[in-house]
Amino acid sequence: MSDNNDIVKVDARGLACPEPLMLAKSAMNRAGGKAVEVTVDTETAKGNIVRMAGREKRDVETREEGGLFVVRIGGKKA
Amino acid sequence: MRKQSGFMITKAGIIVTGAVIGVLAALLVKLGNPANMGICVACFERDIAGALGLHRASVVQYLRPEIPAFILGSFVAALFAREWKPRTGSAPLARFVLGAFSMIGALVFLGCPWRAWLRLAGGDMNAIFGLLGLFAGVLIGIAFLKRGYSLGRNHPAPAALGFVMPAIALGLIALAVVMPLFGRGADGQAVGPIFRSASGPGSMAAPIAVSLAAGLVIGYLAQRSRFCTVGAVRDLVLFRDPHLMLGLASLFAAALVTNLALGQFKLGFEGQPVAHTDGLWNFGGMTLSGLAFTLAGGCPGRQLFLSGEGDADAGVFVLGMITGAAFAHNFNLASSGAGPSPYGPAATVVGLVVVAVIGLSFREKAV
Repeated sequence: MSDNNDIVKVDARGLACPEPLMLAKSAMNRAGGKAVEVTVDTETAKGNIVRMAGREKRDVETREEGGLFVVRIGGKKA
Repeated sequence: MRKQSGFMITKAGIIVTGAVIGVLAALLVKLGNPANMGICVACFERDIAGALGLHRASVVQYLRPEIPAFILGSFVAALFAREWKPRTGSAPLARFVLGAFSMIGALVFLGCPWRAWLRLAGGDMNAIFGLLGLFAGVLIGIAFLKRGYSLGRNHPAPAALGFVMPAIALGLIALAVVMPLFGRGADGQAVGPIFRSASGPGSMAAPIAVSLAAGLVIGYLAQRSRFCTVGAVRDLVLFRDPHLMLGLASLFAAALVTNLALGQFKLGFEGQPVAHTDGLWNFGGMTLSGLAFTLAGGCPGRQLFLSGEGDADAGVFVLGMITGAAFAHNFNLASSGAGPSPYGPAATVVGLVVVAVIGLSFREKAV
């Protein structure tokens, strides 16, 4: 897990349900209004995080990087 | 996002999956499976353990084709969707133990979470105690998760590992069809290694082809939609996310309607099929089961689907369940229609202690 000024990054690869979503959620809480990037390795974890971000009314984008998925959850809208 | 994921991961997708399972479960009863047991992952794995001679309870021995078909349906779905990913390394031995005790708890109640809902959909009110126990187990599991419980990360594995559970599934189906009899009993009579009950629940079964087809369809849909009867409760409590619960509600409603239409609904506590009326141990058995499933990341069906998509640790959990079933019958821990066995309650308490120790002691190292 690494944080910098603009974005909070979380590595949730290889974890069973519901751990990737718990990590994503706690990162969102910790990030305040900042963006969060979660790296996961299954479509299931990716889909769960995208759905959660949607429920929280955040913008969400996913990209594939070498067989992994990076889910970027946008910051809170002002 | 790939197209084939599109529909099945939506609300409509999970609702369709639940409805198909509910209707097929009730139809499988009509076609010969035991009452309120159209599909029961725990009961069917217990029957498979018996068919393989791992226990010798003669009334619960049948190589149920639905179980290997679940694995193969999921395997095919994952291959098509490019989600087949061989992986392992998340404390497989702990998962084996969780699988074994989840089964011991399920056999005190007489059913897994799938059957708990199907029993209720058939009018068996005893299932309410089992479901309350299941909720309690999931809530305890959530408390452990919030304290930082984790069995750790899995890692990518060689492709060969991802073929092991599908290969075992194919082998089981071959044995179910061929039913070899090359063993010999004490008097030289042909017995096993594939046993088949002549009476009792193990003797009641839909035609093999129907069971196989139903299992393949369910395995396919459930892999795509991530259907999970334990995740349904967990996600609702932990994230207020009703997604998986919609699938479960759909399963219950579809099974209830189909049971009513087929005249398979019988309301009450007494005289329910393959069930007992001891509320305390219906509750206790499922508390153990629900906790073990939550700590392993999903219900017994989900473990089969995960094992099909390459998760070898889920495969180890399944083998743990089959082993647990053998212990449950060899050690006389499993309940019968008459009630819990004299040893079932103690085994449940032992199981709760062991599983709680796992819940308290496994932590993921900070990354």
